[in-house]
Amino acid sequence: MAASQFHRLAERDRPVVRFVVDGRPCEALAGDTVLTALLTNGRRVRSAEFGDGQRAGFCLMGACQDCWVTLADGERLRACTSFVAEGMRIVTRDGNGR
Amino acid sequence: MADRPPVIVGAGPAGIRAAATLVAAGLTPIVLDEAPRGGGQIYRRPPAGFTRPYQALYGFEAAKARRLHDELDGLAGRIDYRPDALVWDMRRGALQCLSGGRNATIAYRDLILATGARDRIIPFPGWTLPGIYTLGGAQIALKYQGCAIGREIVFLGTGPLLYLVAYQYAKAGATVRAVLDTAPFAAKRRALPALLAGGATFAKGLWYVAALRARGVPLAAGIRPIAAAGDTAVTALRYRAANGAERRIACDALAFGFGLSSETQLADLAKIPFRYDTLQQQFLPSRESSGRTPVAGLYLAGDGGGIAGADAAELSGERAALALLEDRGHAADKLRLAALERGLQRIAGFRAALETAFPFPADLAAAMADDTILCRCEGVTAGEFRRAAGALDAAEVNRAKAFSRCGMGRCQGRVCGPAAAIVLAAALQLPPESIGRLRGQAPVKPIPLAVTA
Repeated sequence: MAASQFHRLAERDRPVVRFVVDGRPCEALAGDTVLTALLTNGRRVRSAEFGDGQRAGFCLMGACQDCWVTLADGERLRACTSFVAEGMRIVTRDGNGR
Repeated sequence: MADRPPVIVGAGPAGIRAAATLVAAGLTPIVLDEAPRGGGQIYRRPPAGFTRPYQALYGFEAAKARRLHDELDGLAGRIDYRPDALVWDMRRGALQCLSGGRNATIAYRDLILATGARDRIIPFPGWTLPGIYTLGGAQIALKYQGCAIGREIVFLGTGPLLYLVAYQYAKAGATVRAVLDTAPFAAKRRALPALLAGGATFAKGLWYVAALRARGVPLAAGIRPIAAAGDTAVTALRYRAANGAERRIACDALAFGFGLSSETQLADLAKIPFRYDTLQQQFLPSRESSGRTPVAGLYLAGDGGGIAGADAAELSGERAALALLEDRGHAADKLRLAALERGLQRIAGFRAALETAFPFPADLAAAMADDTILCRCEGVTAGEFRRAAGALDAAEVNRAKAFSRCGMGRCQGRVCGPAAAIVLAAALQLPPESIGRLRGQAPVKPIPLAVTA
């Protein structure tokens, strides 16, 4: 999980936001979408329901619905149109670790 | 009823110009927009706290972007502006709008739909791998978040957006491994005389290509994607060059798209009749050049009624607002109406030339391999969809959807729909207009169950 998919080219001077992905502490920047937060810390967002592997978003404009994630409290949100928040706990894997 | 405020859905260039036009006539429209800040996609504004100047964000379009943003901001207090608002149903003079976790029923007498567009894609083997995005998505990552979608990026597809986004990435310091255009060089040569009529728009396109060349970015025309390779994320793209040779290019990100599709679900729910548009190769809601539709009180503006770009969206937004005003009994400025329609006609001519220069490669969809995932929501392959058409005798796209689940997932066919229609039509050896279109369904996007209860 060391590699990240997204790479920051600009706008790095923003306050740090701490959040948690599957129990792993991560850092993002204020104003990052949940998708940006996940993909500057890794290369996946969720596993496809029907077994064809990993997904990491697609359209980034709220059209394809391929980046829905679950928070630890059960709330579901669309990663590309939601902003990351301090202390957010994101769950991207099911109980079997997929 | 008569003093019920007009409603505008969408705050891109069309919606903003429509709102300003209604305000100038003394009305206070309700403006509903899904985004947290207005501007639409092409003039999308970064979140608060981002500091890049307009020139860095919008390049040649910086002045236009600033003017539109200022126009929207200047309307504050004179419009009922509701950002972060998803309109998810429309029927019988009322719409359902979800905002901040609360639903509102908004009754309307007249309404302008300015719902915009999304990337039009054609699936190819491997396209669901992490690291692969739409061209529009790649642009949003950069413009809205200051991020590149990867370190070694390939841009694939066709249309003006292909070169624009690749150029924006190169300028921002990303490594663009290649720009691969499915349109053959000869198509551009054929379209040249009509493209020249595009004036500044055409000149900008040439400039992006020249700037990419000057940076040493490899450009190729007339290519065909074969497959994206990778296990847990994309590692390479295989494609066929114009001379028939197979090529492989390593990358950790890929952006692709083949022009745009209109966002038409709400027009459908509002019972506006659709017609097949042969230029755009999509069913579109019927509208007159004025923006009027066959449904009284409903108007269409911008790319949601047919792809024509941001400049046309501004003109058609104002035009639709003027039609709405005229239908409310306001006097019409005939000179202004004529000027707007002339402008729209000129852009329509250029738009047709663009379709010649960057033809939609429908053959890629028709010839899609059976094991290619066609519907990424439901994991349905092209072969499974074809079997629904053949063995189950579904000669219509909604029936094929019911049998195969292709187009039944969370995106409601926004992603797979254009290609699925071609796969089905080709399998049945029928023209695409004869197999129908995926019907819009409320809610047009996923909403919490508690909202509908």
